[in-house]
Amino acid sequence: MFEEVGTTTEGDLMINVGPQHPSTHGVLHLVITLRGETIIKVEPHLGYIHRSIEKMCESLSYRQFIYVTSRMDYLSSHINNHGCALCVEKGLQIEIPERAKVIRVLMDELTRLASHQLWWGAMAMDVGALTPFFHAFRERETINEIMEETCGARLTMNYMVPGGVMYDLHPNFQKRVKDFITLFKSKIDEYDEMVTGNVIFQNRMKDVGFISKEDAISYGCTGPTARASDVSCDIRKLFPYEVYDKLDFHEITATDGDCFARYMVRVQEMRQSLSIVEQLIDIIPEGDFQAKTKAVLKLPKGEFYSRVETARGEFGVYIISEGGTTPYRIKFRSPGFSNLSALDHMARGHKIGDLVAIMGTLDLVIPDIDR
Amino acid sequence: MFLKKYISDIFNAVKSLLIGMRRTGYYFTHRKEIITQQYPDVKQILPERFRGEVIMLHDENNEHACTGCTACELACPNGTIKIITKFDVTPEGKKKKALDTFIYHLELCTMCNLCIEACPTDAIKMAQNFEHSVYDRSQLTKKLNKPGSKIREGVE
Repeated sequence: MFEEVGTTTEGDLMINVGPQHPSTHGVLHLVITLRGETIIKVEPHLGYIHRSIEKMCESLSYRQFIYVTSRMDYLSSHINNHGCALCVEKGLQIEIPERAKVIRVLMDELTRLASHQLWWGAMAMDVGALTPFFHAFRERETINEIMEETCGARLTMNYMVPGGVMYDLHPNFQKRVKDFITLFKSKIDEYDEMVTGNVIFQNRMKDVGFISKEDAISYGCTGPTARASDVSCDIRKLFPYEVYDKLDFHEITATDGDCFARYMVRVQEMRQSLSIVEQLIDIIPEGDFQAKTKAVLKLPKGEFYSRVETARGEFGVYIISEGGTTPYRIKFRSPGFSNLSALDHMARGHKIGDLVAIMGTLDLVIPDIDR
Repeated sequence: MFLKKYISDIFNAVKSLLIGMRRTGYYFTHRKEIITQQYPDVKQILPERFRGEVIMLHDENNEHACTGCTACELACPNGTIKIITKFDVTPEGKKKKALDTFIYHLELCTMCNLCIEACPTDAIKMAQNFEHSVYDRSQLTKKLNKPGSKIREGVE
């Protein structure tokens, strides 16, 4: 066992950051070894919010286990549900209606926008700007209201079901989303004006937390964290699911690999998500929103894997079925876990104040890491 | 040289701060764009689909549509719903399964809506009430069918 506090034999100081530390996200516990103010080592300790979701899923049926995944990465709960629904559909070998596909993609992109908005506010708050947090939440509220109206909940929707979506779109949906698009287009420029162009902010972000392309790949980073290091890893482009192959959008990459690159990738992803929503909102096809499925779902014997791109990176669902009504084993590949493992590499050699900035750009959601 | 850079750094920082502060100042003077809701005094009307709690629908004759088929009980991932059935005697003298008590544990419910989806007769629905705080945990276990209620004619 290693000591969690005190000094090491070399005279370095070991301190705890979190859980429940104001600068950590949620219940992340970091043991930091410091030499003076310089970080020698960062060691994340996990387990504070472990709920054994994977084990829980083994006793739930294929319809029931999807709602649990909303509780993992609660900021992209739609996309988690989507991944699970895709995996079950792969096992059942059913084709879902075109309308359901478009609704799913629309919801995914709105969720991604909401997640990035929250990240943007929390990130600015991490480096010491409080006002952006309220600005971000104001726009996020618009998305939440859209979700509330169509899905019935604001955070843990459970809207994706095997075979499609739970309800049809609310009649107000299209109008509200169009209002949101016009509103948010001006607000992104506002975001840039407030934070991106700020010299103090740029000085804190540039050349901090560098990770090279090779390291990002070997740590298993995905999502904007890896794309900022020029790794092309967008599942929407590489392995298109639903209607992503018919859409016109760019995979945002940056070459710098530092905090500012990760920041810029996410801000530009917001514009891309907005353009996807804009493309789809007028061409939602008519038809069923749910395919006909049996009352009791039984997956054939075998192993099934599906993956989706959440706001944080690649989310994978791996189901082993023994042919019964419940899965034999479920494994979730969560993006946050791999991204967190690169934190030590990124933070070494930097000052302790930079650690919070690096953690902010990783966009960690702790329930996703611990499950 | 050092002094010149020092002063220009400060100048640039103040300049970019002021650009950001201009936005803050804008909202300070445009109060109509503030969206704060005065929550306990002014209550928002929640959308129809909002999931607050499960209720059972009763009509004016104190009749519901629940047949006691336990589809919702099976669909629930958390064991929130417990249905106790009894046997009614129909006028023809036959025994018929009917609902005795619909127990709903609000403290276990995650509002996943699977019970509503499973219900074949639309006997239950989600209500928009979200203010669930009570002083004692036992008050969260609810009996959904009203006392003396019975199944509506014609619902199978």
